[in-house]
Amino acid sequence: MLSIKNLRASIEGKEILKGVNLEVRAGEVHAIMGPNGTGKSTLASVIAGRDIFEVEEGEVIFKGKNLIGMPVDERANEGIFLGFQYPVEIPGVSMTNFMRTAINEQRKYRGLDSMPAQEFLNRMEEKKRLLEIHSKLANRSVNEGFSGGEKKKNEIFQMAILDPELAILDETDSGLDIDALKIVAHGVNTLRRPDNAIIVITHYQRLLEYIVPDFVHVLFDGRIVRSGGKELAFELEDKGYEWIKEAQV
Amino acid sequence: MDETNIQYNIMEKFRAFFSENKAVLLAGDSPYVEQLKTQAFNHFSAHGFPHTRLEKWRNTDLSNMLKHDFNFPLKQTTFDVDLDEVFRCEVPDFNTRLIPQMNGWFMGTGEQLPNGVIICSLNEAISKYPDIIEKHFGRYADIKDANLTALNTAFFRDGVFIYVPDNVSIEQPMQMVDLVNSGKNIFIQVRNLIVMGKNSSLSLVQCDDSIDNNIGFNNTVTEVYLDENANLDHYKLQNKNNASALTNSAYFHLEKGANLSTNAISLNGGLIRNETQVRLNGQGSHADILGLYLMDHEQHVDNQVFVDHAVAHCTSNELFKGILDDHASGVFNGHILVRPDAQQTNAYQNNKNILISDKAVIDTKPFLEIYADDVKCSHGATVGQLDEDARFYLQSRGISRDNAQMLLMYAFAADIVNKISLTPLRNRIDDLVKKRLRGELSSCEQCVLHCNSKEQKISFEIDMSRI
Repeated sequence: MLSIKNLRASIEGKEILKGVNLEVRAGEVHAIMGPNGTGKSTLASVIAGRDIFEVEEGEVIFKGKNLIGMPVDERANEGIFLGFQYPVEIPGVSMTNFMRTAINEQRKYRGLDSMPAQEFLNRMEEKKRLLEIHSKLANRSVNEGFSGGEKKKNEIFQMAILDPELAILDETDSGLDIDALKIVAHGVNTLRRPDNAIIVITHYQRLLEYIVPDFVHVLFDGRIVRSGGKELAFELEDKGYEWIKEAQV
Repeated sequence: MDETNIQYNIMEKFRAFFSENKAVLLAGDSPYVEQLKTQAFNHFSAHGFPHTRLEKWRNTDLSNMLKHDFNFPLKQTTFDVDLDEVFRCEVPDFNTRLIPQMNGWFMGTGEQLPNGVIICSLNEAISKYPDIIEKHFGRYADIKDANLTALNTAFFRDGVFIYVPDNVSIEQPMQMVDLVNSGKNIFIQVRNLIVMGKNSSLSLVQCDDSIDNNIGFNNTVTEVYLDENANLDHYKLQNKNNASALTNSAYFHLEKGANLSTNAISLNGGLIRNETQVRLNGQGSHADILGLYLMDHEQHVDNQVFVDHAVAHCTSNELFKGILDDHASGVFNGHILVRPDAQQTNAYQNNKNILISDKAVIDTKPFLEIYADDVKCSHGATVGQLDEDARFYLQSRGISRDNAQMLLMYAFAADIVNKISLTPLRNRIDDLVKKRLRGELSSCEQCVLHCNSKEQKISFEIDMSRI
């Protein structure tokens, strides 16, 4: 589904990704771990198409199409979803209008008619239940006045509404208390299917107790330096990132 | 022709016009009003039109407008238009009491309203209610440093007079609709006076529209008096053709505990200048002064706001937002004065702008002048492009760049639109803003509230309706 080969990317002349290789197949959950500042969020942003990063080399192939140079919205319409580490507050745009606009643009891209209002509202209600969101979203502006936990829940809520083929969740666990973490993990697990894939980016092993990955990768200094099964996460938890750093030197 | 020559030419015209028509201009006026007019004429004659060498007019140049050959209508004339048709308001469920004005003249019937409420022509009020006129007329609209107000005071022919007695709350909003239509280029002076008694309340919508494409210069002055605990919800809606100039000066005077909300929404207009002056003259009075302007092409909008905290314990809250595209230009000049006795003042002022094109210009100048020491005042001004983080966020969900931009501009404007408390009006303005942002609303449509498209569904690529 996703194939990243020798990806190098920089911001303002500073190289962050220094040759990343990653293969993700349908049905898989990959976790990308690593210390702060090693390029985890940059990798997520580059896949989603954030243009502040310069791709110097390499390719990102999604379902046979090279994503490099493809506009952000087109990537989303192809089925990529980015769960933001820091979701943006957009005063004045209601959650309902936001999701309705997004879903209908995605349908238009795929040659489908707009979703009937009732079907859309039903889907909103269903996904609100899944994420245990109790507020009326119709009157709430996107992320405005949301607590840290609500913002993260809202990211997974949007993922549930848009039903992407590949979701990249960037530190969705940061700032969540244990109850919210369980709700978010339950949401993600419910959305797991044989025909989609999820990349979970996290600093801590804690989230992976609830979203159990098939593969764990350690990103260090712009490269994936170790890959393994879920047991790699436990090893990291035991030995800490110093272990990786020492192994690199 | 340079600015000085233009000034000279038009000033000569006004001087000649005044002396030739003095009898007509002063006819029916009380000695008090006659004296005001004469003083104002002398002031205007000595100072002329505002020019760009004056600090307050540095960025708004009237000389292009003033070089036109104008007619100054002396009499009320009805033109070849169906009055019922042109004044019909198309806003669904917007049940207002209509106060029609054509080229400034009051066109309604001066009917007697319950509870002693008066709506009539200003001319009628001058002869019928000399006490009220003498107490309020010309008392708030100071001609000093306000040459256009002097011009208006010297040459006004008519306008609307509204009087709400003490303890009267008017449920049905009033809607003043001033149409400019003459078949030729005209320069008109419209003068309105609104007097609200103690504990009274009123919602008032002032619509300024063009209904032809002739060059019109409308110089309106409105004086508003709010006695103790009076409550006024006021809106100015402006949708003029691109060949027109509208200079609109509103003077609000608030006594103890009075509450004002005034909201200026400018959707189209060749040159619009809104001068809003608020004097908080009694303790505990409060004013919200809001504005929204959406300008493109060569349009120019200028908002001048002066809030005078004259006494202690008053609050004011000013927020103006604007989106400028193409070669449009804007000016915001906010001035808050806190006088020495005005302790415990709470005053807030903010002007936020988005420039869509790199040719659009905004000149914003927030200004606080504080002589009391126990006050809370803040001001701010921003000029920027749309928030790139927000745009990326929207696009990352599959929303195209154009639609993301549209949503963000709409959201920016909604901040003001959502503060409109009359629901049918808010819904219509909300629609108009969407149309305006899509480039679907032009000033040739008859009136700001008239969509010309009531039969056809507004088609948005993105559906921003409330569901």
